[in-house]
Amino acid sequence: MPNARGSMRRLTAVVAALALVAAALPAGAAPSGPPIRIGSTLALTGPLAPTALIHKIAGEIYVEQLNRGNGLLGRPVEWVLFDDQSKPDLTRSLYEKLITVDKVDLIMGPYATSGILAAMGVAQRYQKMIIHHSFGMPHLATYEMHFPVAPFGPEPQKTVPGMVFDGLATTKTPPKTVTIVTSKFPSAQYQSNGAREVAEKRGLKVLLYLEYEFGTRDWGSIAARVKDANADFLWVGALGLDGNQLLEALKKLDYSPPRHFHLFPAPGPMITAPEARLALSNTFFEEHPPFTNDPATARLVALFKEGATKAGLPYTAVDTQAAGSFAAWQVLEAAIAATKSLDDKVLAQWLRKNRVDTVEGKLRFDGPNNYGDDLSKMRQVQDGKWLVVWPREFAAPGARINLP
Amino acid sequence: MPSVTLLGQSIVSGLLAGGLYGLLALGLSLSWGLLRLVNLGHFALAFLGAYLTYQLGTAFHWPAWASALVIVPAFFALGVGLHAVFAYFRVTEFTSLLVTFGITVILESLIQWFWTADFRRFETPYASTSSRIGPLFVPTLELLAALTATALALATWAWLRLTYVGKALRASAEDPEIAAAFGVNHRAQAFLLSGVSAAYAGVAGVFIALISTLAPSQIWSWLGVVFAVVIIGGLANPVGALLAGLLIGVSESVTMAVVTPAWAPLVSFSLLILILVAKPGRA
Repeated sequence: MPNARGSMRRLTAVVAALALVAAALPAGAAPSGPPIRIGSTLALTGPLAPTALIHKIAGEIYVEQLNRGNGLLGRPVEWVLFDDQSKPDLTRSLYEKLITVDKVDLIMGPYATSGILAAMGVAQRYQKMIIHHSFGMPHLATYEMHFPVAPFGPEPQKTVPGMVFDGLATTKTPPKTVTIVTSKFPSAQYQSNGAREVAEKRGLKVLLYLEYEFGTRDWGSIAARVKDANADFLWVGALGLDGNQLLEALKKLDYSPPRHFHLFPAPGPMITAPEARLALSNTFFEEHPPFTNDPATARLVALFKEGATKAGLPYTAVDTQAAGSFAAWQVLEAAIAATKSLDDKVLAQWLRKNRVDTVEGKLRFDGPNNYGDDLSKMRQVQDGKWLVVWPREFAAPGARINLP
Repeated sequence: MPSVTLLGQSIVSGLLAGGLYGLLALGLSLSWGLLRLVNLGHFALAFLGAYLTYQLGTAFHWPAWASALVIVPAFFALGVGLHAVFAYFRVTEFTSLLVTFGITVILESLIQWFWTADFRRFETPYASTSSRIGPLFVPTLELLAALTATALALATWAWLRLTYVGKALRASAEDPEIAAAFGVNHRAQAFLLSGVSAAYAGVAGVFIALISTLAPSQIWSWLGVVFAVVIIGGLANPVGALLAGLLIGVSESVTMAVVTPAWAPLVSFSLLILILVAKPGRA
């Protein structure tokens, strides 16, 4: 028996050592051969840069993970990335350059609606497939080889406000009156205009509808009008910091809106601002269960935190933006893996017929203008964190819509 | 029709926003009017000042006034240094646009490299405090900025009108040869004025850090309106810059309250065109 016990110990040690070695090695052979070059731009400078930076970090992490594994089709992946300076005209020129001069194999979309629309025109001219992660006006995306991973569905101007008002209707005191203040940035204006129609159809009274220019500095008068209207619910078609600035201006007038929703806010500043307590917003992903139940997703979340900390970002959590980038790369990887092809038409054909598992959920592209379901959720700032509070099946454990 | 309270609040808001416009316009107006340098770098300097205030406040817990005590003299020195470069390369009024545009781009890139493109907010306990006057609210920091702008504008006006250096600077701007014949050392005074302009950018930066959330690209968002303020106020006219700032601030704000916020950006340039039509040769 002692000998048998000794052999068992040796066997266990060998198995453990092998397991350690296996864990240290990548899943397959290292990628080799000429790299697959994937080109895109991001708004690394200019007014959209704070959010585009998140997409850069997420993209770099994903490409690094691909290259640590088998790459794509066994080849390494090279991301050719240019700064479009938040300018759609420059975006258009850079995509032209990526396709005709740099001769990249595939392209990915830039950040934000106006840039994506510019890039989509170039993609269409050269018949390149384009996967993009932040487009908010589906009715304008008529190109057959574009694939949106911002899962707004084909009619976000109806479904996003619908989801928000559905959630608010479940609270003890649903709003009866609404103020809508929106940026004239195309996607924000489009969805906010839809919110006005949805609210009116549901019998809510829209007391005030205001549009402001992208880049507005002085929020005092807008805040005075919002306070004057004193609606039960404030919808802000916010981009970046707009919501924060409006709430600050309202606080200076000693006014807190009873309920307030922000369409596309910068996530970090809103959770740290005291006046943004209980702010509501739209999201496709937050880093809590059920979204992080999948270990691969949890790993991407951890890697993003590491990358964002290293890059010096003050807010390091994965939310709808970083998740959008991860999902875009996941969709591309899935299509290439399934078709074993880099042919744009072959990839596009596969994507139109198949669903893809992503961090945002299962995406499909077989609806109008290649849009699938609207996977929007409502999140709320609670105890210094963004938590999904609606629909219930996606809510963080124990979380529900909290009202003051 | 807006209520009287709404109208009153929008006027207060506009006056305070206009104070900040005036504060930013002050240094630009001086360097353009008296040195014939159109210093686009003024905006980048102001934002550098804002980021330094943020950094000193968040990393070392310095109060804003302590940061100002360091930033303002440092920016004075920076202004003098920049002028040395302009003087060495004989930068003219026209070429100053190009050179200072380059300086702005470089400073913006440096800011982005150090602080990233992400938003930065210097949280202070007094950030959202206001005083109440009847039904109207007056935000503390904006009021402080407007009062500082007023004090600096008046002090600068007095300096230019009542002191030898001020008179000499104005004389040099008017006719450098004649001024030199009377013994005015324009070169030395230009260094002084350049330092003062940069120091004003530092003061504006401290208030920008306290009032706004920072992102590098915001450097450009002030450019149009502040240029309009400088031209409407008249070059090298500190009180004019302040009054023009207040005029534009109130006009924008009342437009937002009475018509729609989307029309506000049209106001400053419409006013500029109207004033240039009514009084040509302002710049």
